[in-house]
Amino acid sequence: MELPLVQLGEGERGVVTRVIGGVGMSYHLGALGIRGGKILTVVARHPFGGPVVIEIDGRAITIGRGIAARIWVEKK
Amino acid sequence: MRKVVLMGNPNVGKSVIFSRLTGANVISSNYPGTTVEFTQGRIRVGEEDLILVDAPGTYSLNATNRAEEIAVRMVEEADLIIQVIDATTLERNLLLTLELLEKNKPLVIALNMWDEARHTGIQIDLERLRAQLGVPIIPTVALTGEGIKELVEAVSHASPPERTVELSDEEKWVRIGAITGDVLTLTHRHHTVRERISDATIHPITGIPIGVLVLLASFAAVWAGGEAIRFFVLDPIFGVLQSVLGSLAGQLGPGLIRDLLIGRLFDGEIVWEESMGMLTTGLYVPFAIVLPYIVTFYTVLALLEDLGYLPRLATLADTLFHRLGMHGHAIIPCFLGLGCNVPGVLASRMLETKKQRLIAATLISVTTPCTAQTAMIFGVLGAQGLQYVVLVYATLIGVFLVLGLILKRVVPGESPELLLEIPPYRMPRGAVLFRKTLMRVRGFVLEAIPFLFAGILIVNLLYFSGLLAIIGMIFAPFFAGWLGLVPEATIALMMGFLRKDLAVGMLIPLGMAPLQLVIAVTVLTLNFPCVATFAVLLKELGPRDLAITLLIMVVTATLVGGAMRVILLGV
Repeated sequence: MELPLVQLGEGERGVVTRVIGGVGMSYHLGALGIRGGKILTVVARHPFGGPVVIEIDGRAITIGRGIAARIWVEKK
Repeated sequence: MRKVVLMGNPNVGKSVIFSRLTGANVISSNYPGTTVEFTQGRIRVGEEDLILVDAPGTYSLNATNRAEEIAVRMVEEADLIIQVIDATTLERNLLLTLELLEKNKPLVIALNMWDEARHTGIQIDLERLRAQLGVPIIPTVALTGEGIKELVEAVSHASPPERTVELSDEEKWVRIGAITGDVLTLTHRHHTVRERISDATIHPITGIPIGVLVLLASFAAVWAGGEAIRFFVLDPIFGVLQSVLGSLAGQLGPGLIRDLLIGRLFDGEIVWEESMGMLTTGLYVPFAIVLPYIVTFYTVLALLEDLGYLPRLATLADTLFHRLGMHGHAIIPCFLGLGCNVPGVLASRMLETKKQRLIAATLISVTTPCTAQTAMIFGVLGAQGLQYVVLVYATLIGVFLVLGLILKRVVPGESPELLLEIPPYRMPRGAVLFRKTLMRVRGFVLEAIPFLFAGILIVNLLYFSGLLAIIGMIFAPFFAGWLGLVPEATIALMMGFLRKDLAVGMLIPLGMAPLQLVIAVTVLTLNFPCVATFAVLLKELGPRDLAITLLIMVVTATLVGGAMRVILLGV
């Protein structure tokens, strides 16, 4: 099932399918390891519109809600 | 002299490699035409002296903020590039490597944190990686100095890469996948204790209480450490100085020279806070009252920095800061601003857009008291009762929040969201901590002393020429009427432009009620920044936005000051 990263629950894993956004955004996310085919795990979801923290390649990354809404993943 | 530029992602240990390579003779300067600070030193390679430049950390040559733009420009000026790679996250360093290879300049790679990679079950086949990239690759452990000699050796032989094929973005990702597939072997491992602690400090339910405790403990440590330094080191020194200066005052006799150097005597004695001489108040305020807390503040800051706590703090703060038109990363400039507004405003360039930088710089310069000022506020108001100090800070926090909410809505432009890598916790090293703290403390001393002396000189000259009385008379209606203070407070508040700590000190002899002092120090914080902060605001924001910021300051100080008079004094 494909869904945006914001909808993935804490502790759930997913494979990145696509990033909706400009070239600059995809390139910057790619530099951090967030790009098609990569597996990520949600470490924490901060309430009240706060950020989502994921783990990818063994390293945690904090992502604002708006950006996390544009990263689509296939839930595993 | 040929120039070597040290490149790399943030948090890869670049600065430690830099100090390993250069040793002592390091200078810190601003990139021409900007306030982006970088450090530069010299290294001796064989028979040749080279300039080594530590570029700001960047993930790619596709810059997203002002510091990264400078890093990109530094690459263009380089004769040779050293890229520092974090061996524990090889893959996300390779994009920069591929971009640097396209520059067709000699490139040497330092594969840093080599020991940590091995401990965490990451195996990198060095020979294959060298073959894949076609450049020298030296495994290093910057913290212990392992591999540094070999790195220098590699620099002396470095030549431009053999083959450089320009790749499209898509081809780069494919290439990175191919390289890591070829050289990297991961051994599966369980969550370590360190990672569990890391998760606990990131998760909101556990992280926020821990964050509050960390901040409280930090401020307690700054305070207690500062008190200890004052009591055990500085008080004895100034005790000796008192008698030396006392006899000097006797020898000088009354007159202009004594008034400037020693200042006024009270019953024939020097009163450190009030005498207003260059050698008395001019030395006492910066060294005995402010310096101890500056030392402890920067020690605690360096500790949190090297531990890797700050990105976690940024994560926790994001929910709040997002509502104020910035994002969580902005807590770092604000935190720095509590030390000194100047580095706080400078650090706001880590934010991506003009809107975010304007909001951060404004909130720091309007609402954030620096350590110098905090030390004086505690010194002046603490004796009257802690509730008065709390009143000042509660007001400032309130103004910070309200102003942020307003600015988010009225400042045009974008507020992009947080995207931040969180490095693992690392044990800080004493020597690195010490050097970092020393550099920052030296910065404070060099900057504060000239302005304090100038301030005292100006106050004295204005006083003796009678101008002080005239200025006081012109502005007195505002300060006495609108803020409910005594007319003499005018001069002190205006002196805040030179040094805020000096200005707070000038309020002491006026004999105001505690609540009047609360209003005075709050308005002093909110109003015009000190001249050093003014200068960096001008450079960072430009004249137009500086004018906006100053307008916000004056309006805020006037409104809040007036409201405080009505609420606190009831007049």
